[in-house]
Amino acid sequence: MGFEAAQPILETVLRRLEQSAALEELQDHITDLRDAFRVDHLVYHWVSGTGDQYGCGTYDPAWVERYLAQGYLRIDPVVLGCFQRFHPVDWKQLDWSSRAARAFQKEAIDYGVGNQGYSIPIRGPNGQFALFTVSHNCDDAAWAAFCAGSRRDLILVAHFFNQKALEFEPGRLPEQGQALSPREVDAMTLLAVGHSRAQAADALAISEHTLRVYIESARFKLGALNTTHAVARALSRGLIVV
Amino acid sequence: MIRYLYADELAREPALQRAMFRDRADQFHSRLGWDVTVDANGEERDGYDAENPLYVLWQTGDGGHGGSMRFLPTTGPTMVNDHFGHLTGGGRIESPLIWECTRFCLSRGASGQVAAALMLAGGEILRNFGLRHLVGVFDARMVRIYRRIGASPELLGREGEGRGRVSVGLWAFSETARAEVACRAGISPAQSAAWFEQAFGAPAQAVGA
Repeated sequence: MGFEAAQPILETVLRRLEQSAALEELQDHITDLRDAFRVDHLVYHWVSGTGDQYGCGTYDPAWVERYLAQGYLRIDPVVLGCFQRFHPVDWKQLDWSSRAARAFQKEAIDYGVGNQGYSIPIRGPNGQFALFTVSHNCDDAAWAAFCAGSRRDLILVAHFFNQKALEFEPGRLPEQGQALSPREVDAMTLLAVGHSRAQAADALAISEHTLRVYIESARFKLGALNTTHAVARALSRGLIVV
Repeated sequence: MIRYLYADELAREPALQRAMFRDRADQFHSRLGWDVTVDANGEERDGYDAENPLYVLWQTGDGGHGGSMRFLPTTGPTMVNDHFGHLTGGGRIESPLIWECTRFCLSRGASGQVAAALMLAGGEILRNFGLRHLVGVFDARMVRIYRRIGASPELLGREGEGRGRVSVGLWAFSETARAEVACRAGISPAQSAAWFEQAFGAPAQAVGA
């Protein structure tokens, strides 16, 4: 199974996501992200602090309708297991032991959701809670390999997606982009002019280990999955000057 | 044994919860003299305890509290970003792949093995949740304890003097450190993994795993 999600494709999709100007476009982006990760389904579900809900994803609309009509939110082990949490969850880790949960799972599989899933709970501002889920049909070994190779990308993409969705929240004040700290600016600048990590760490008189945390944080703030793209974005936004 | 409990789960074990907050009062208020809030029941809490953090606790054979620490993702409110930005490069450190670890507490008389067990748990969290780093806020004497158990952090910055000194440090996962810390804790990596699974369940397994 060719699971290796190609990062260049992912980065292209992320850039389009970042530039999107309307909530309706998120449905297209989540479909593209699903294709980039080469899995059956990707779903995003958001519940605001005041209980407003929004969702988009690639599940069969008949399943979404069925899910809502049956009020499965109350028994779905994924939702129950992720609410108020912040660690990512392989569906195998959840409690499917009740009869209701087993019937629910069987039905979900019948609707093509897949027998495997990985869900990332996200805590947004003001009590916002979102769930970003990837699901697929394959055996355990293939799924374990996919999760091991893609979970960090999935976690980052989940948060980027949520940030975008939050921008479209009604009544939301425009927020300043997350500012890079002076140290992060230093680190990205040195990498931009071609320093290796070791050279950059040396120039800043910090360890390479410490440099990595600033790069990691800058990467997230810049909405990038890898350092090359983070540097490119910092340059194009004028956050660093070389 | 090592327990992993979110605040809402810990609240269902009131005796253990009380013991943890009292030991924190003992450590941070009585022994270190930090400016922390202790309530009428002698329990120390701050605002981050209200964020439903994940706690790691060492539970003693008789069910008591041997030591603990607290985790929150750096994408939300964290002590390191709200109060120690000047020690971490002049701004927020922020990523879902970086969690903060605070209120590292050892009950009075806890052995060095307890500190090592907690660090072992920190490694499980790094490894199993795909994290890259833990950023920690800790007191002066922890520097020595971390060194003794083979889990010295990279120091990002520190301020204050003597008992009041506060440091911000950084950990990443390594198999070597894991083996060493497991050895100091007197806990096999397999046992540690089993406790983690007991709390969070077992994921889909690779062939032969």
